[in-house]
Amino acid sequence: MSIVNVKNVFKSYWRDSMEIPVLRNISIEVPEGEFLGLMGPSGSGKTTLLNLIAGIDQPTKGSIVVAGTDVAKLNESQLAKWRAQNVGFVFQFYNLLPVLTAFENVELPLLLSKLSKKERKEHVEFALKVVGLEDRIKHYPKQLSGGQEQRVAIARAIVTDPTLLIADEPTGDLDKTSAEEILKLLVQLNTDFKKTIVMVTHDPRAAERAHTIKHLDKGELT
Amino acid sequence: MHIIKLISKNMLRHKLRTLLTISGIAIAVVSFGLLRTVVTAWYAGVDASSANRLITRHSVSFIFPLPLAYRDRISKLDGVDKVTYANWFGGVYVDKKQFFARLAVDAETFFDVYPEYVLPKGELETFKRERNSCIVGEQLVQRYGFKIGDVIPIDGDIYPGKWEFVIRGIYKPRDKTSDPSNMLVQWQYLEERLKEEMPARAGYVGWYIVQIHDPNNSGIISSQIDQQFKNSPAETKSETEKAFQQSFMASVSSIITAMDVMSFVIIGIILLVLGNTMVMSARERIREYAVLKTLGFSSFHLIGLIGGESLTIAIAGGSIGILLAYPMIDGFAAVLPKGWFPIFNLEPITLVLASISALLVGILAAIFPIQRATSTKIVDGLRQVG
Repeated sequence: MSIVNVKNVFKSYWRDSMEIPVLRNISIEVPEGEFLGLMGPSGSGKTTLLNLIAGIDQPTKGSIVVAGTDVAKLNESQLAKWRAQNVGFVFQFYNLLPVLTAFENVELPLLLSKLSKKERKEHVEFALKVVGLEDRIKHYPKQLSGGQEQRVAIARAIVTDPTLLIADEPTGDLDKTSAEEILKLLVQLNTDFKKTIVMVTHDPRAAERAHTIKHLDKGELT
Repeated sequence: MHIIKLISKNMLRHKLRTLLTISGIAIAVVSFGLLRTVVTAWYAGVDASSANRLITRHSVSFIFPLPLAYRDRISKLDGVDKVTYANWFGGVYVDKKQFFARLAVDAETFFDVYPEYVLPKGELETFKRERNSCIVGEQLVQRYGFKIGDVIPIDGDIYPGKWEFVIRGIYKPRDKTSDPSNMLVQWQYLEERLKEEMPARAGYVGWYIVQIHDPNNSGIISSQIDQQFKNSPAETKSETEKAFQQSFMASVSSIITAMDVMSFVIIGIILLVLGNTMVMSARERIREYAVLKTLGFSSFHLIGLIGGESLTIAIAGGSIGILLAYPMIDGFAAVLPKGWFPIFNLEPITLVLASISALLVGILAAIFPIQRATSTKIVDGLRQVG
């Protein structure tokens, strides 16, 4: 059963009156429990495709059904709710809020849920335990290494138990050792916790961890 | 953790900037309070005016007297309840810097027409009985330590000579707007001395205070009074007490208007100070707002975050400003020449205006950052370098 179904998707941006096509007639299916790697040169449209699947951008044409919902048909507030329930994000530059501790950063998505404070605490502690940072809960991002920051970001991505995990160059800003740890963690989430992962990467070693690799070039799947 | 905690953490992200912004707002609120207090102090006489009192003076100028004989003719008009009169006595107490209003009033009727000057009955009776007695306001008692029985020597200027008045009563102002710093002497005493020493000046009063039954008839009665004395050697000009008080301020009206305008310009300055801080903060955090939106936070959450921060800073600055305004205004009053402003208080309306202004500024300063944060697409926000 496919959890992501992208069908005949086009995406263009407009610069003044000039249309710049970014994705051309993309169709792709991602089965549940898949670990998909999207590769391609800069400007090939892989991050744009990831953003469309994640519901943070809208296609110009085509349909994107994720976990049974056609995200192209949702308005902004519906999309916000949908993302909170279905998608976990891991960014290249971690994107943690510097004024919040690791615990508070991971807790952020849960503030939108109806969980009690105690339940939120349990979820956050569990997520931080999964990424191996249970001893860093009171640390601020600036007190953590790059690898640790990315692990906090992964904990934040999984704390709501989302259907889909989206990772955009998750090892792009890390040294080799830290990158290896993050990839191991993603594999663990995929195998042990059955998370469906769609990952954009430049790094061939990262791509090796994916079950399936799709290549994009000039907005088309090759 | 709640949104409120996130607001406070955001506020304290740049402690110095937040502190300077709060200080800026506080200073602006103090300045606003001070300017408004000066303006309201200036208008205190106008505010204290009674709607059922008319002032009749010489049509050429206030400094020309009117015959005492006018009193009975004015009293006979329909709608007139009572007539009293007064003279500006002037004179110097100790030296010219010791300024306070010294008026010669009709002891029999003055306190009936001015019920806002509260005087014990016994003291009023003594005032009526003793020619050289005087009544002082409680502010003069506080300022000079006067007590009943003390003699106040006055060196006369408008009415030359040495004058000595015995304090026989201390009045209290009924309202906050009533002047507590007058010295009232007996007009009859003045009249007797004038008859002896300057008979040509006797039989005149400075102005009449006409108590009318219905304030709605003030225009008609004023016309009737003036009509009676038309083409006489001393034509009159009658107007409401409020208009009379306002005419005193005509010469300084442009200064008061400028101060009035300045007080509101200050509100604009607060807006710019806070607006600048909020715009800078929002610009630095545009990527974080995109991350929050990615995580599922809606535009309403961002409005709460940015608006909450802006309002918190504005309220903090406004509250500190209001608290500081009290000692500042007291200090200002202390260094002002005595008698300039008999009533110099931070009025409730000033507090309300300052509070509303601070709240409005908090809301307005957040509008542009909110608009920017909510309208920026997530993908554009994530590309932003903080």
